[in-house]
Amino acid sequence: MSSEDLKDTDTEARFEFKKEEKSAFETEKGLTEETVRVISEDKDEPEWMLERRLRALEQFQQMPMPTDWPGQPDLSEVDVAEIVPYIRPDIETRGGAESWEDLPDEIKDTFDKLGIPEAEKNALSGVGAQYESEIVYQNMQERWEEKGVIFMDMDKAVREHPELVREHFMTKCVPPSDNKFAALHGAVWSGGSFVYVPEDTTVEMPIQAYFRMNSEGMGQFEHTLIIAEDNAEVHYIEGCSAPQYAEFNLHSGGVEVFVGENAHVQYSTVQNWSKNTYNLNTKRAIVEADGTMEWVSGSMGSKATMLYPATILKGPGATDNHITIAFAGDGQNIDTGAKVYHNAPNTSSTIESKSISKDGGRTNYRGLVHISDGAENSKTNVECDALMFDNESTSDTMPYMEIQESKVDVAHEATVGKIGDEDVFYLQSRGLDDDDAKQMIVAGFIEPITEELPIEYAVELNRLIELEMEGSLG
Amino acid sequence: MAVLEISNLHAEVAEDGGETILEGVDLEVESGDIHALMGPNGSGKSTTAKIIAGHPAYEVTEGEVLIHLEDDEFGEDFEIPEDMRTWELLDLEPNERAALGVFLGFQYPAEIEGVTMVNFLRTALNAKLEEREELFEEDEEASEDEEEDAGYETSPMEGPADDGEVSVAAFQQILQEKMEQLDMDEKFANRYLNAGFSGGEKKQNEVLQAAVLEPSIAVLDEIDSGLDIDRLQDVSKGINALRDEQGAGILQITHYQRILDYVEPDHVHVMLDGEIAMSGGPELAEKLEDKGYDWVREEVYSAA
Repeated sequence: MSSEDLKDTDTEARFEFKKEEKSAFETEKGLTEETVRVISEDKDEPEWMLERRLRALEQFQQMPMPTDWPGQPDLSEVDVAEIVPYIRPDIETRGGAESWEDLPDEIKDTFDKLGIPEAEKNALSGVGAQYESEIVYQNMQERWEEKGVIFMDMDKAVREHPELVREHFMTKCVPPSDNKFAALHGAVWSGGSFVYVPEDTTVEMPIQAYFRMNSEGMGQFEHTLIIAEDNAEVHYIEGCSAPQYAEFNLHSGGVEVFVGENAHVQYSTVQNWSKNTYNLNTKRAIVEADGTMEWVSGSMGSKATMLYPATILKGPGATDNHITIAFAGDGQNIDTGAKVYHNAPNTSSTIESKSISKDGGRTNYRGLVHISDGAENSKTNVECDALMFDNESTSDTMPYMEIQESKVDVAHEATVGKIGDEDVFYLQSRGLDDDDAKQMIVAGFIEPITEELPIEYAVELNRLIELEMEGSLG
Repeated sequence: MAVLEISNLHAEVAEDGGETILEGVDLEVESGDIHALMGPNGSGKSTTAKIIAGHPAYEVTEGEVLIHLEDDEFGEDFEIPEDMRTWELLDLEPNERAALGVFLGFQYPAEIEGVTMVNFLRTALNAKLEEREELFEEDEEASEDEEEDAGYETSPMEGPADDGEVSVAAFQQILQEKMEQLDMDEKFANRYLNAGFSGGEKKQNEVLQAAVLEPSIAVLDEIDSGLDIDRLQDVSKGINALRDEQGAGILQITHYQRILDYVEPDHVHVMLDGEIAMSGGPELAEKLEDKGYDWVREEVYSAA
């Protein structure tokens, strides 16, 4: 469909489709087999996907809640018995509120402060459609299709590309057995993105979920599956720094990335969850020989986050780069980091982690670098920097290193510091007020992240942090 | 024209039982003049400089630091009301002091990663101009003008609005010009503020910042320390330009006569034990070079 055709289409009708009410279903509280069957049926899924969901459910029910990690966020409020109601709104209203008016003031306020236009606000908060962006998205969609690139909603991909999905979906990258929340995700997942880039194909512009968020919504349990074949190159951007409002308090997404030989994938995300949310995700990439995986992630908002994007360097010469940033304010516990498994010779990885805490917030870097026996001439460099605003805030660094090979090059460096009075005074003496001086220091601190992002994300990220620092977000 | 007037300044370290450092400093610096403030380590020179700029580590127990401005201080378009020509700096925040034309050149400038020189200096210049407007606004007007932060005027898809009086393009021009005057490599503009700068580069950068921010009074704290002879000449050239081209008053804090061969002072003051022990013309610096600070001490004590 060309953009001309698109304009001719009855707008009302196009969006009606998205608003279409799914048949309501009643379920008991607590996650049961019946619930999972209803979800699968509701999505017209093939039998094999239902089976996968049921298997994941079984695993979820058997696994205990993770509670024994040193210093991990308290998950006692995450009530599994209440999980079912989390699912219904996801399906019926696609994870958002019914209308703009229904959103809490703090969320509306943030959109206003970010200076996001009305149409985008509606789209981003999941309450409405966004015509302009839809056009932009459709235009790009056409260009991608010509190259054989697939970018669509994950639910749709199950129906339209069953062979690709069946092979890759929660099989070898993130199996449901990985952890309790991956299992939960496998049972009740809904929505998300599917990206497929064929061999020898470069997608020049970043593929952004931002543009189609209205149509698919950002659910509680969205799944992203990215497959880059040999020599392919793609940059995928998930979400954005605008707040993601969830009526319910558990978000458990899943991301799987397959990087073919000599392929290059960058996955970037800056996510800002409403402050009642427990954000518990599993993200992992498998990289073949000479491939490169890059994770750029910003974790903001949420009551507690546990997120450790992982990369398995499977083929010789594979490379991984992680850049992560975490920001924790009052009452927040952001536990995040990175995992890298060097399973082949000549592999290399870098992890650059930045965290900021203020007003009693707590950040924790939790990382693992594993170098297998035989992964000779592998290199890793881990750098963790923590910046604290006050004496009430906390920051911990827990880097685990499992090195089973002797011919390797391992470096780790960690710095923890309070925002320096001398630095602030220096900037003040040049004319910046106290707040602007601190803002500038933080903007500089997170610069490695913003430099990796397209300008609109970088601007939003800086603006968001500025608002967090003023304490003007809810 | 501006005059910085320090009188009877007493100060101590701002913590419980903090040590007394200044014991009654009197000093007057007029724009267009170069003053050298000399003295041994620990005599209170740097403390004086930091107090002028508003460093929070010191508590003033007595005395005042005034700045007197003439009505044309900030250009012809900026009229200063009669009753707003004298300000007590000690009542103001460091950025407000900067807005009134006070600049401190640091001996050990902070290194700020991730913030480019060009971005930093433009932000500082705009912040200074904005703060100046605010300081001279009548009180009622100020409260009316206080708007709520409404976010960027443009969509985030277009990037930030080019806020501030001096635009990015206009500022690039200004910065380039100033760097050429100081023989600085143009690469400086895109480096992170002082990060990884050599000692000499940092000092040169302090002078560059003064050149861009155009202060009325520049206090330069041991800006000559750790410089080789070539860099010393560069920095000195910059300091002279501050005075000759911008009419700034300079308070040059130094240990050594060396920089005074290139930046010729109109007045020289010797500080001992938290006080100005002796003042004179350029010949005083030469005398110190020959006879050392003990000579001053003897002179002062025998006179007392």
